[in-house]
Amino acid sequence: MTTFALETIDLCKTFGALKVVDHVSLRLPQGARHALIGPNGAGKTTVVQLLSGVLRPDSGRILLGGIDISASSQQRRVKHGLVRTFQVTNLFRGLTVLENVFLAVSERHGVSRQMITAAGKRRDLIERAELIIEQLGLGADRHRRISEIAYGQQRLVEIAVALSLDPKVLLLDEPAAGIPSKEVSLLLDAVERLPADIAILMIEHDMHVVRRFASEVSVLVGGRILMSGLPQEVMASEQVRTVYLGQTGQKRFTTAASHA
Amino acid sequence: MTVRSELLERHVFRPVEIIYWLLLLAAFFAFPSYLSVATTVVIMSLFALSLDLILGFGGIVTLGHAAYFGMGAYAAALLAFGGFQEPISATLLAGLIAAGLALIIGPALLLLEGLPLIMVTMAITAILFEAANKASWLTGGDDGLRDFSFSPVFGLFPWSVYGQTSYLYAVGWLAVLFVLVRRVVSSPFGVALQGIRENRARMKLIGSPVVGHLVRAYVLSAFMAGVAGALHAQTNKFVSLEVLSIDTSVDVVVMLVLGGIGRLYGALIGAPVYILVKHFAATWSPYHWMFIIGALLIIAVRFVRGGLLGILGHIGAWFAGVGGARKS
Amino acid sequence: MDALLSSLSFIALYGVSYGVVLFTISIGLVVTMGLMRIINMAHGAFAALGGYFAVSLMNAFSVPFAIAVPAAVLGVALFSVFVERLFYVHIYTASELDQVLLTVGLAYIAIAGLNLAFGPNVFPGQLPRLLTTNVDLGLRTFPAYRLFLIAVGFLLVVALWYVFDRTSFGARLRAAVDNRTMAQAIGINVPRLFSLVFAIGCGLAALGGAIGYAIFPLEPVYPFKYLVLVLIIVSLTGFGNIKPAVGVAVFVGVVDTACRYLFPSVGAFIIYAILIGLIIHKHAGIFTRRSPS
Repeated sequence: MTTFALETIDLCKTFGALKVVDHVSLRLPQGARHALIGPNGAGKTTVVQLLSGVLRPDSGRILLGGIDISASSQQRRVKHGLVRTFQVTNLFRGLTVLENVFLAVSERHGVSRQMITAAGKRRDLIERAELIIEQLGLGADRHRRISEIAYGQQRLVEIAVALSLDPKVLLLDEPAAGIPSKEVSLLLDAVERLPADIAILMIEHDMHVVRRFASEVSVLVGGRILMSGLPQEVMASEQVRTVYLGQTGQKRFTTAASHA
Repeated sequence: MTVRSELLERHVFRPVEIIYWLLLLAAFFAFPSYLSVATTVVIMSLFALSLDLILGFGGIVTLGHAAYFGMGAYAAALLAFGGFQEPISATLLAGLIAAGLALIIGPALLLLEGLPLIMVTMAITAILFEAANKASWLTGGDDGLRDFSFSPVFGLFPWSVYGQTSYLYAVGWLAVLFVLVRRVVSSPFGVALQGIRENRARMKLIGSPVVGHLVRAYVLSAFMAGVAGALHAQTNKFVSLEVLSIDTSVDVVVMLVLGGIGRLYGALIGAPVYILVKHFAATWSPYHWMFIIGALLIIAVRFVRGGLLGILGHIGAWFAGVGGARKS
Repeated sequence: MDALLSSLSFIALYGVSYGVVLFTISIGLVVTMGLMRIINMAHGAFAALGGYFAVSLMNAFSVPFAIAVPAAVLGVALFSVFVERLFYVHIYTASELDQVLLTVGLAYIAIAGLNLAFGPNVFPGQLPRLLTTNVDLGLRTFPAYRLFLIAVGFLLVVALWYVFDRTSFGARLRAAVDNRTMAQAIGINVPRLFSLVFAIGCGLAALGGAIGYAIFPLEPVYPFKYLVLVLIIVSLTGFGNIKPAVGVAVFVGVVDTACRYLFPSVGAFIIYAILIGLIIHKHAGIFTRRSPS
């Protein structure tokens, strides 16, 4: 039996009377490119919060490379290799791109306790940070503050910070949200270039992004996984269409098709 | 030289800094009759510097730093009474005692943020104040401790009436601890600390041991404050409850803010300004200085970001390169 | 046994009346902090102003106590509107440090101003003769003043409960505390509400200062002297919760009085320790606002 990079087993979370996450089971093998889609309010953000450790599940387990992290703190999960990016950028706005990435690199290399030699003298860390920055095409902006760069660039910095932590599993929370469409392809190029052995779980709404990125798609509706499968299968499924487009939409769709 | 990354270039010593240290030495020769005020200025600069580490760099707003200053002061005085009169080791010991207190309360305290944190820091100082007040057999209560003395510094320099030894002794401590704190804020630890200040939640999600880092900074900051307190006791030969008061805690925050937080030199500039204003305004009335400082605070918050160093930074951009410009 | 009951009743009465004054001064801050989410280190200054104003009216113009107190409350409330528009509006969205600094600055100016206007010594104020009489409650005789304070506290709680729970103003206030943007979206004029609530908060503080000057003497440093206790009470009640505020303030008053009475060598010091423990217990690991956001 293979160990999955990320596995959730019957994950449940209830808020008051509302079952926000209802027996969600996901399996991501190493190198997975898995998208989690679903209408608004389906519980996708809650799943991300459960995975990253902001919330604790009411029941169910989370396994990272076979290790049970259901009760681990946020910091522990990051150390084990589970890293997330943010839907609304959550960076160090007053600091530069290089400084943002440096923070992550420094933490990853276990150097952040070191109090004596100057950070600026750690060429190795700075070079590693600059390498990642270059990989994401952010080189020109490296000395500019986050608050001063374009939103699309900020999303790339989010990914740069995540990469710096040498993740085994990467949670991309709506990476394309709020970016003007011309910049989306830049972002997607960057996502495509991510190391092949990282397992990526992407939460997304935009079906073009999903189609381009995912080799497997899970649909979350009302806290439950409606279905999982290849992108084409999922998108062709009647059930899914109904959920996304509603009854009228589906009718319109089939009527249009029959008139074509 | 343009500053491209403050966090990563903070360790670079800029020539302009030498001006401050030369001025400190010049004061020794230029104002021989004002050395006791000058010594107070140097000691409070050190106290403000200790606060800058935790507040300016760590983002921890505390109105209770006098707790460590006061502990250091009483510790040094009591050590002298107990026969331990070698000044340098007494100061180190006093600093360690203050650091010890910080180590005990830090891990619980630093879990808090915002108003609850401010409250608890004030309450802790208030507790220590009350305790010292009640334990007058130990602390002299309202009358304070006096008539203790220390042996000559390095065995060579006796404590003179005019305060020459006191001043240079204080300057020595300031210089040494300044170098130390500068090293610390330039290190990867210092960078992480500033990350915590900028976005604590994100630091957790980077895997950073946030509370652990804050406790370290807090303990070091308490050590420095304790040293400042010990120096206060040694140079004044008198310790009163004042050193543990919330007024003192507020004083040091105000000094730091006036000078500019998160810049190291802000502490060194804010303290003299505050003390000199207080000293000279006090000749009119004990309260008039509050008009001036109150107005300065309001101006600092509303109009002038970054305190005095901010102003100087606007005037001369290269001066602001020292210690790094604080982002507002 | 008699002595025990006598002591207990002493502690109860003195502690509760002390707590009532603390409550009156603190409640304004609980509400303003709850609504405007600002740390106001100058709150004590409004209490001081209320006290000084009332006592000045009584001393200089022989205004009777029953008129001087409401006049002071109104005067301070009106004055606070100016202060709010001039200073506080700018720090509603500022960092905690900035709020602390600006309000400390205002408090400093207040202290210096009080000193300039009234001198550095305790400002002497006579209580009206009615309140200085002693009332025999069987177990002990108590000054009428203390009973008066408790009565005022009771009336205040009822009035506040009524306004907050029963009036539409209270409903709007609670809505705005809960969710400011939403409240604005449904047409509540939030800036005007802020000014009004701030005035009420400062008026309440002034009331506390005006009726409490026999327990909390008026002197220039008044704004800072009791600030720690007030802020601790506010911190323990959470923000915008009126009902717990009564309980907390009375608790503080009673425990403090009890400690001073029973353990005079340890005194106020226990109160701070208990309060620190409670704050840490209540707040550690939780966001400062009730709901995570």
